Amino acid sequence: MSEPLLTVDGLQAWYGRAHILDGIALTVGRGEVVALMGRNGAGKTTTLKAIMGLVERRAATLRFDGRDLSALPAHRIARLGVGYVPEDRRIFADLTVEENLEVGRQPPRPGAPAWTPEKLFALFPNLAEMRGRRGTRMSGGEQQMLTLARTLMGNPSLLLLDEPSEGLAPLIVKQMAEAVRRLKAEGLSVLLSEQSLSFASWVADRACVIETGRPRWTGPMTELMADDGVRAAYLAV
Amino acid sequence: MSFLLVQALSGLATAATLFLVSSGLTIVFGVTRIVNFAHGSFYMVGAYAGWSLIERFGGTPAGFWGSVAAAALAMGVLGAAMEIGLLRRLYRSPELFQLLGTFGVVLVVQDLTAWAWGPEDLLGRRAPGLKGSIDILDQPFPLYDLVLIGLGPLVLGLLWLLFNRTRWGTLVRAATQDREMTSALGVDPARLFTGVLFLGCALAGLGGALQVPRESVTLQMDMAIVVEAFVVVVVGGMGSLTGAFLASLLIGQLQAFGILVFPQITLVIVFLFMAVVLVLRPHGLLGRAEEVPPTAPATVTVPLSAGRHAGPWALALLALLAAAPLVAGDYALILLTEVVILALFAASLHLLIGLGGLVSFGHAAWFGLGAYGSALLVKHLGAPMPLALAGAPVLAGLGALVAGWFCVRRSGLYFAMLTLAFAQIVWSIAFQWYAVTGGDNGILGVWPPAWAAGKATYYWLTLGLCGGALWLLRRAAFAPFGYALRAGRDSGLRAESVGIDVRRFQWMAFVLAGTAAGLAGGLYAFAKGSVFPTLLAVPQSVDALVMVLMGGIQTVAGPLAGALVFHLLESEVMSLTDWWRLVLGLIIVALVLVFPKGIVGFLSGIRRRA
Ligand SMILES: Nc1ncnc2c1ncn2[C@@H]1O[C@H](COP(=O)(O)OP(=O)(O)O)[C@@H](O)[C@H]1O
Ligand SMILES: [Mg+2]
Repeated sequence: MSEPLLTVDGLQAWYGRAHILDGIALTVGRGEVVALMGRNGAGKTTTLKAIMGLVERRAATLRFDGRDLSALPAHRIARLGVGYVPEDRRIFADLTVEENLEVGRQPPRPGAPAWTPEKLFALFPNLAEMRGRRGTRMSGGEQQMLTLARTLMGNPSLLLLDEPSEGLAPLIVKQMAEAVRRLKAEGLSVLLSEQSLSFASWVADRACVIETGRPRWTGPMTELMADDGVRAAYLAV
Repeated sequence: MSFLLVQALSGLATAATLFLVSSGLTIVFGVTRIVNFAHGSFYMVGAYAGWSLIERFGGTPAGFWGSVAAAALAMGVLGAAMEIGLLRRLYRSPELFQLLGTFGVVLVVQDLTAWAWGPEDLLGRRAPGLKGSIDILDQPFPLYDLVLIGLGPLVLGLLWLLFNRTRWGTLVRAATQDREMTSALGVDPARLFTGVLFLGCALAGLGGALQVPRESVTLQMDMAIVVEAFVVVVVGGMGSLTGAFLASLLIGQLQAFGILVFPQITLVIVFLFMAVVLVLRPHGLLGRAEEVPPTAPATVTVPLSAGRHAGPWALALLALLAAAPLVAGDYALILLTEVVILALFAASLHLLIGLGGLVSFGHAAWFGLGAYGSALLVKHLGAPMPLALAGAPVLAGLGALVAGWFCVRRSGLYFAMLTLAFAQIVWSIAFQWYAVTGGDNGILGVWPPAWAAGKATYYWLTLGLCGGALWLLRRAAFAPFGYALRAGRDSGLRAESVGIDVRRFQWMAFVLAGTAAGLAGGLYAFAKGSVFPTLLAVPQSVDALVMVLMGGIQTVAGPLAGALVFHLLESEVMSLTDWWRLVLGLIIVALVLVFPKGIVGFLSGIRRRA
């Protein structure tokens, strides 16, 4: 079997002196969608930020596409083809939709789908209608779509998607799940963090469950859906 | 009528220069969140470099404008170098460190410029093809100024295009809003910031080089312009280009007509205008409300323990100091007297910074006001020394009462800018009101009477008064007043929610600090026998900041150690060389980069580790 696209092992991370992650391990294969699951505060966001180089971290293994990420700053990691979509929809509110997309633009990358604003507007028709609008005047769902579209402009081969369904209306959640499936079909690999089992079960091939910064369980999504014990221990509120 | 028109036009020409310089300052601030004190230095060096190039190549229009452009580009390169060498390490530092670090650059550049071009003012040649003037309603108006007037809007338009119609501009605006997210999208923020510094400093250099045909090039240009540019940027709204443009126009007119109405106090008008704008529109004319410049949290939160043994130690130190005249000669006593005075000055500033989290950039105002208060009482009313000394803290305290009311309305950088503005007001009164203050000749002959003229006697007097004042400041720090101040510093909102009127306590602290600094100033006047406007000027405020910084922000003993080290450095090391600005500037930069906790904090850190 070839090396997975992303391999994480023994990942530690800190906020200042607070030690948050302790030994996270996971892999994402090429073309695979993996759900990183756990309760609120389990460390999902921190895991994604640590991979991206946005928090202080150390790892036994942190490899992406054959490259070691552990010493690279965020912008270098992004340029290798890792796309990061934050949970709090950090769009640039002063910039228009088109300008937001422009900030994310990177040259096309072999082995990853190449995006243009036109292709993205086809994927997210809502955005097409508000190209010149500033971020301050968009709904939560629209902002979430824009955050995702903006990251796709960098033509990533791996997408780190933080709680894509959080705080969205049910209809928009469906659209979001649809978009993730389309991206998988285009050949993208995705690591997404989720609390919602239903969303994860719609899109993910495998799940990785963490609690208080430690890995607890990993396996196919279908197995997690069947295993009441694991769900009760680490996911039920 | 035509006279007024020409006056308005010359106001527009001033505004154009002001805009070029302040647009650079506001761009740099908008992106890096650093108020670059050295911005005026790029203006000054731009003028010097422009002068040299124009002397050599400026005979033809192409040569002239090429020289101006080359000078601007050279300043851009220097600005980029400063970003890489210094600013990059300060983005996460408290604003005190940023202001001081860039002020260190001001000092270094001043000496290097004097070394390269000499101390004399330089007169440049006029712009070829634009030497004459045209008649506007029968009044002559210089052609060159007309070109400048056109240049302001042109540069505004070009900058607008740059920021709104290019990828680089879009990235810069994105990074201004969310640096981390921008880097997560694959943009190297460091390179972006270097580019921004290049642009900002090139604009300052352009403004400077364009001044060559209008006025002589001097070593004072840097501070003069940077303070005006601060006013423009604050009035316009920090980070807003259009705001800077608008504010430049207003201030240009204010200066052009103010000089007709109140020729003595043009500077005062400008600063008063700024204070009024800030009270009416706290974020400037076009500034954004939500922008609270993110400041790094207080570096360390070591609680100021009252120190069970502090009392005996302080008494022992006092006894030691009081015994000094038994062994020390006159020169050493003069030095010690000054150290004790400066210690009080620094401690009063420390009260604001360390306890209140209020970084004042104009603390010299109260020191100088005290000094002038004493000197004026002696000079004009023939007051005896005790009365003159009593008048010093009263006058300074009253001044601080008025200024404080404005200043504590804002925090962070705006507070620093407001205090700077008030200090400049007081300075310009001392500087411009010749009849009363003697202008830059100062007031001489402020000596103690015979009974206190002995060096030892005056030293003991100083020690007694300063020791008493320091004891009171320390009492205040550990009284409920001090705890309320600290609560306001650490979390203004939380303090408000438990019923502490933070602003009121800050105002009280401002007055207390001003009063104490005033006493120090009064003592200083009699120690030196004279007062000069420099006592009120920015460098004096910076000296106090450096003393506090050397001693460490979080320790009460810090300012004392800082005053001692600083004054010894100043009088024993820097006096040995003509290049004391260079030395001091390098010391400041090194301090800011190496000892973010100050000397005392550094030593106690070592002790704790050992
Ligand atoms: N900026 C921060 N500073 C300090 N602690 C933080 C910060 N952000 C998150 N934490 C802590 O880190 C832990 C993990 O948080 P997070 O990764 O956001 O969890 P999740 O995304 O799974 O909800 C939590 O205990 C949280 O309180
Ligand atoms: Mg989260």
